[in-house]
Amino acid sequence: MSTLVVEQLFNGIQLGILLFLLAAGLTLIFGIMDLMNLAHGSLYMLGAYVSSTVALASGSFMLGVVVALPAILLLGVLLESAVLRRLYRSGHLDQVLATFGMILFFNEFVRVVWGPAGIEVPLPPFLTGTVYPGGVALPVYRLVVMAVGLAVAGFLYVLVAKTRIGMLIRAGASNREMTAALGVDIGRVFTLVFGLGAALAGLAGAMAGPIFAVSIGMGENVLIQTFVVIVIGGIGSIRGAFVGALLIGVIDIMGRSFLKDIFGLFLPFDAAETAAPAVASMLIYILMATVLFFRPQGLFPARTG
Amino acid sequence: MRLSARTIVVLAVLAILAVVPAISAWTDVPFWTDLGRRMMILSIAALSLNLLMGYGGMISFGHAVYVGVGAYAVGICAFYDITDGYVQLAIALAASALLALVFGAISLRTRGVYFIMITLALAQMMYYLGAGLDTYGGDDGLPINQSSDFGIVDFGASVPFYYLTFALLLLALLFMQRLVNSRFGMVIQGIRSNEARMQALGHPTLRSRLAAFVIAGMMAGLAGVLLANHTNFANPEMMHWTRSGDLIVMVLLGGMGTVAGPVVGTVVYLALEEFLSGITEYWQLIIGPFLVLVVLFARGGLLGFLSDGRRDG
Amino acid sequence: MKSGKALIFAASALALLAAPPAFAAKASKIKIGFITTFSGPPGVIGEDMRNSVNVALDALGHKMGGIPVEVIFEDDQAKPEVGKQKAEKLLGKDKVDFLSGIIFSNVLLAVRKTAVDSGKFLIISNAGASQIAGKQCDKNIFSTSWQNDQIPMAMGEELNSKGVKSLYVVAPNYAAGKDMITGLKKTFKGKIVGQDMTKWPTQMDFSAELAKARAAKPQGVFIFYPGSATVAFIRQYEQAGMQKIPLYSVFSVDALSLPKLQEAKINAVLGTYDTGFWAVNLDTPGTKKFVAAYKAKYHKYPSYYGAQSYDSMLLIASAVEAVGGDLSKMDAMRSAMEKANFESVRGKFTYNNNHVPIQNIYLNQVVADKDGVWTTSMVRTIYKDHQDPFHSQCPMKKTW
Repeated sequence: MSTLVVEQLFNGIQLGILLFLLAAGLTLIFGIMDLMNLAHGSLYMLGAYVSSTVALASGSFMLGVVVALPAILLLGVLLESAVLRRLYRSGHLDQVLATFGMILFFNEFVRVVWGPAGIEVPLPPFLTGTVYPGGVALPVYRLVVMAVGLAVAGFLYVLVAKTRIGMLIRAGASNREMTAALGVDIGRVFTLVFGLGAALAGLAGAMAGPIFAVSIGMGENVLIQTFVVIVIGGIGSIRGAFVGALLIGVIDIMGRSFLKDIFGLFLPFDAAETAAPAVASMLIYILMATVLFFRPQGLFPARTG
Repeated sequence: MRLSARTIVVLAVLAILAVVPAISAWTDVPFWTDLGRRMMILSIAALSLNLLMGYGGMISFGHAVYVGVGAYAVGICAFYDITDGYVQLAIALAASALLALVFGAISLRTRGVYFIMITLALAQMMYYLGAGLDTYGGDDGLPINQSSDFGIVDFGASVPFYYLTFALLLLALLFMQRLVNSRFGMVIQGIRSNEARMQALGHPTLRSRLAAFVIAGMMAGLAGVLLANHTNFANPEMMHWTRSGDLIVMVLLGGMGTVAGPVVGTVVYLALEEFLSGITEYWQLIIGPFLVLVVLFARGGLLGFLSDGRRDG
Repeated sequence: MKSGKALIFAASALALLAAPPAFAAKASKIKIGFITTFSGPPGVIGEDMRNSVNVALDALGHKMGGIPVEVIFEDDQAKPEVGKQKAEKLLGKDKVDFLSGIIFSNVLLAVRKTAVDSGKFLIISNAGASQIAGKQCDKNIFSTSWQNDQIPMAMGEELNSKGVKSLYVVAPNYAAGKDMITGLKKTFKGKIVGQDMTKWPTQMDFSAELAKARAAKPQGVFIFYPGSATVAFIRQYEQAGMQKIPLYSVFSVDALSLPKLQEAKINAVLGTYDTGFWAVNLDTPGTKKFVAAYKAKYHKYPSYYGAQSYDSMLLIASAVEAVGGDLSKMDAMRSAMEKANFESVRGKFTYNNNHVPIQNIYLNQVVADKDGVWTTSMVRTIYKDHQDPFHSQCPMKKTW
């Protein structure tokens, strides 16, 4: 039983880190530009499709991932310059409407270009397989995803905390007007941030593809969870996104694993069996409501003005 | 009296809706009546959302829940052989009011994106609840084989039901017009503009917003009752957050700052969807960018685009 | 004068259009409305069904009973309300003579009343809702597929005969998922050591469920995951090192998911078993013809969704032929359909009182064919002439 608990903990952390890749980009974009971008999931999906296509054509999974990064970054920059930058002052509603339209477009676009079937890419042999440290089963690929996620977290930390760009990002997140008033070319910062966020989403898609199956609309599956993560973590805070994602990942996994047994302690078997999956689905929302009740700005709010 | 372009469009839309059954009969295409009725039912739901969004400044991603509640009220009553329309309506309105009260009390303490997320979360919880209730069909939905019996009109007959819905739409429009121009309406709009000021003036802002939330919820519940009779089933998908998203799109498309905007937005959106999907399988490739263009170039939606800059109630 | 001529031409055209059709017993065109899903991930199923309908039409020479056929495809977006609206459109605008298609049970239940009220035939090409097989059966509703429970019931029998005493079950938490487990439990005599119902349709991570399954040390794992979820699940199954535990499935491994799994080299799926009413190598003339024609046209294997859709078209054709194209003879068409007198992919079969086929259910295994393409191959018959468990709830009597 304790092996199971350790395995589930690992699963939760791993899922959380994958979620962090998506949430990091979203929280930056939302935090700095106040842009509610529903199409973040579409960038994730396109990252998966581009990566898989390159991987199948070249025979190298790694090449696929490496190519997807700049490809989606470029797409992000294009989207931002052509459409999204006009929406910064428009308010969330208009942003929701426009980015919702983008979701429709991208889903259909993918169907036209790649067909309805999705693509699957084989993992190189050294990435398949399982290791068993101490009797606990850990899939190798998931370990790799974790490593990549942690590396990205480290990179973002260094970027945001230690570089000049990072300082501009933090200033923009904390008080946009003031930063602009101080003479910073805020437009350039915004484009950069959006490109970065898009690249992160694309990377998440490329990494998640071999686990979650690459399909149309795969972004919508994770979109809500990602928003919940950044709301819990505090909008604009990378640290918040990290903590929030881990929290959601672990609680989701723990709920799916042990809720039925917990219910079984005080409910008849059939009731536990029906109630547990339903409640497990609601868990992240209950978590979000609880966090917001005690800390309405999230766990690590970045905004001060 | 010179009518504004906006008023002309609204009157035109209403005029077309009024004659749809006649067109249906003349062309022998009963489908137009079905489509028109669906447009009107969703318009009523959109009108209620406009009260929250347009006038109250509250973006609710959970509004479709109340439509679903209204539909399930009819469905569950029919399940227990209660087909009296007045009983069903009473239950629908009471249930949506109660739920709106509870959900509003929880959500209205938050602002901005947090409000959006909370309403979304509550909506999803209702969706999973509905999908989990196997007795009432779960996600298979609950078929409703007998229409609501209101005595005056046969809901099972396509055309009489159509005109009753039309009458209700007109009533809803009138109600909204009166409401937003009333003192209560002014208070709500004032809160949207500047809540601190309203509080300083002594208005109970939370209570007012909650009241708006409940009124909007009840109106959506009414739309749900009509929807259940139109589709002959209730299912949890009616409460999904993407359905709330559809309503938001329809309100925004028509123009948020106007009373009748949602009607125009709903009719245009559904007509576009129907028309485009008839032409090409890839209609979402067209409608997606269309929405983006509306946001970029038609600020204030279609009616806003037509206005001469003045905002009237 | 040109405008005068134009006027006369227009007037006569209008008069012709407005004039009631001369009394014709024989229809001039057979119109079939086919509702399926083209948007989103289930779009791949809709595509397969449409391809198969086209193969059927080719085989029929695009004629039924000598009359040209037109099939109008509509996308229900996997949403019941949209499905119902499309049904209304097909019946109330396009004036179709037959309705067919429908992948999902909740769409079927939403469409049912519209179809029944129209008085036209509804030929279900997939959805196996128990209500339609039971209490809500109708004289004008026919199925060329099955009832949900039949397929997992067969799997339960197979597990018993294999001596599987402990089973771990994972399925999505929606009506069809619950149906599959109910069906399995009807026949499986071993112990279900664990059961997980996952959030549908958004949950694509199965790490928690797989860890639990491994910890329970079952003799087998049973799953039901339609669509791209199969690929996700089996990829994760392999990544978690679970291949040693035999995997049994229903409605999961098929001609739609297997190419993806092969593309990703997920060997774990080879050798797994599933049950179904059909396999591409079923030894019947109908199957041989269908699969050969499909492969020639589309260069891949059809799925069972396609086989069912193919049969739907042949069933309709048999009815039209029986009445010589006079579609007003509803009773005669119904009798013709009830006799199932067409070259079905499943071979000769009879309809049960509830218009669901009485058919064999087979054990299939995932193998590589002689060209190395992964497919399912029929191993043996589990049920011969199986009647679904809901037919007794249907009040219709079998008179044929």
